[in-house]
Amino acid sequence: MATMTTAGVKLSALPSATGRAGLRGVIASEFTKLRSVRSTYWTIAALIIVSVGIAAIAGFGIASNLHSNPQNKAGLDATQDSLIAFFELGQLIIAVIGAMSITSEYSTGMIRTSMTAMPRRGTVYLGKLIVLTSVTLVVSLVTSFIAFFVGQAAMSGSGVSASLFHSTTVPANVIMSPPAGGPGSGPPNVTFQGTDVISSGTVLTAVVGTALFVTVVALIAFGLGAIIRHTAGAITSAIGLMFVLSIIIQILPENWRWDIMRFFPDAAGRVISVTVGSSNPHLWSAWPQFLVTVIWAAVLVGAGGYLFRKRDA
Amino acid sequence: MIEVRGLTKRYGAKVAVDDLTFGIEPGRVTGFLGPNGAGKTTTMRCILGLDYPDKGTIVISGKAFRDYAYPMREVGALLDAKAVHGGRSAYNHLLCLAQTNNLPRRRVGEVLELVGLTEVAKKRSNGFSLGMSQRLGIAATLLGDPKMVMFDEPVNGLDPEGILWIRNLMKTLAAEGRTVFVSSHLMSEMENTADHLIVIGRGKLIADCTMKEFVARASGAAVRVRTPSAEQLIRTVSAKGATASIDDDGAIEVRGMSAEQVGDLAFGENIRLHELTMVRASLEEAFMELTADSVEYHADAPGRPAGTSGRPAGTTGQHAGTTIGSGV
Repeated sequence: MATMTTAGVKLSALPSATGRAGLRGVIASEFTKLRSVRSTYWTIAALIIVSVGIAAIAGFGIASNLHSNPQNKAGLDATQDSLIAFFELGQLIIAVIGAMSITSEYSTGMIRTSMTAMPRRGTVYLGKLIVLTSVTLVVSLVTSFIAFFVGQAAMSGSGVSASLFHSTTVPANVIMSPPAGGPGSGPPNVTFQGTDVISSGTVLTAVVGTALFVTVVALIAFGLGAIIRHTAGAITSAIGLMFVLSIIIQILPENWRWDIMRFFPDAAGRVISVTVGSSNPHLWSAWPQFLVTVIWAAVLVGAGGYLFRKRDA
Repeated sequence: MIEVRGLTKRYGAKVAVDDLTFGIEPGRVTGFLGPNGAGKTTTMRCILGLDYPDKGTIVISGKAFRDYAYPMREVGALLDAKAVHGGRSAYNHLLCLAQTNNLPRRRVGEVLELVGLTEVAKKRSNGFSLGMSQRLGIAATLLGDPKMVMFDEPVNGLDPEGILWIRNLMKTLAAEGRTVFVSSHLMSEMENTADHLIVIGRGKLIADCTMKEFVARASGAAVRVRTPSAEQLIRTVSAKGATASIDDDGAIEVRGMSAEQVGDLAFGENIRLHELTMVRASLEEAFMELTADSVEYHADAPGRPAGTSGRPAGTTGQHAGTTIGSGV
């Protein structure tokens, strides 16, 4: 059965089958799937434009603000200011990539074709997960670094920009006193007290950590996608989980709502990018808080994988 | 070689396939016939492992489909030509499938040429006509040079040229020793293609026979006779155990007797015959007769007396005008 002719076309013989189709082929296949549809490029472009664009705008804005209000230099977290658009808005865009990498197969019906070609569903799921994780990690790291560099470049000259190559300092506190001619006769005198040292290591942790956080958000959306099998539903629930939940909970009393919020998957975004001063005292520190997000992702991806194997396709 | 044993599949309260047992042999085209909703697609989905059976087993040459080292070399299946990501080019669609089974990349170009889609290989498939989508789906089934191919209603929506092409392809594949399993809800499609038939209705097996047996069952069901001595002839054949009826324009239909027997009897009784004809029920009629009781939804079409189908009373409320039961 090596060759076959129909309509005058001859198929060449396939190499003899040795071994077994497995994860390697599925990974190649999933990468082909991701790179061969336009939505992937549009979403990545949107992610970079939003994250880097807002970092640049924020940088220029801060520089101009400091020019007229130098007292705002105290405690200014230049690194976080460059990353905030990436982890607040970028996570929503990356959630679209994560969810669609599985839901688009259901919305188009492609899942049935995929599973007919490779009926070992656990392998298919794992392959999807590996490709999504690798691609979003690379994209997130690139975006995070670009956003940081562009944001810092926009702030350069204002004396607050952070660096990945050497330590920098910002004033810790500010004391404002009336001008010599009495109140209202001119700008107040600004005196700074103490300095915060921002090591390049701290900055690197913030830039890389934010990228890791955003990657894990993609996995949360992927897990939701596998459970819900519907693009709009998966993206909506990802936004609900990462965004809306923390807003809704604002109605709870201040003194104990943080005890709940530290278990939310989005809390890590608030602490992982902090490089100046102490982070939010109600939350855990960066890595334990990041672990919370990872656990959310693990549970959702695990539940999605279970259902992916158990349900009729 | 596919063996289905006691396959049962429910969707909620509805039983789609009910204790179905049959086998599919290599080297011939096996037609899978049944009215819409009979459970054909469900059976195929279960064979491929897309749906999990509630009961029963399915083995392909002794193994479950998912246990094959290279599933695409074993079975190539086309259930739904539109089950592709429309934003992906034909080439990349086939490439991502080939990669799962470590098939060489050159194979993609070859199957595209085979189905005549080389020119549109780089085009996104959402611009494809149904016929082009069917060809793309068939290209995918052939990627792994499979021992077995399975097509679900492959000619739906195709033009005559496309239908002929698929028929010839199926025959060629069977002649090469492959197992070919193709479903349809229309007997006429199978007439020129299938060597063997599996007929199901309401999820149950109705017939599992060769096309020849099916033709034999369908033809010679009645003999039409015209004679000036109608009453005498009816009496004579009835005495020999046949049944006879006469219609408005004087033609007598004799059942349970061959044309030769009727002619010989008439000769012995000195009855003059003006016509003696074998009435060959068409395959379509035979199929309709076989499946009449199992049609899912009936239209209240003229010419089909109510209640002839013998359906359980519980389902008579459903009268959607969508199917084969409507007196084609």
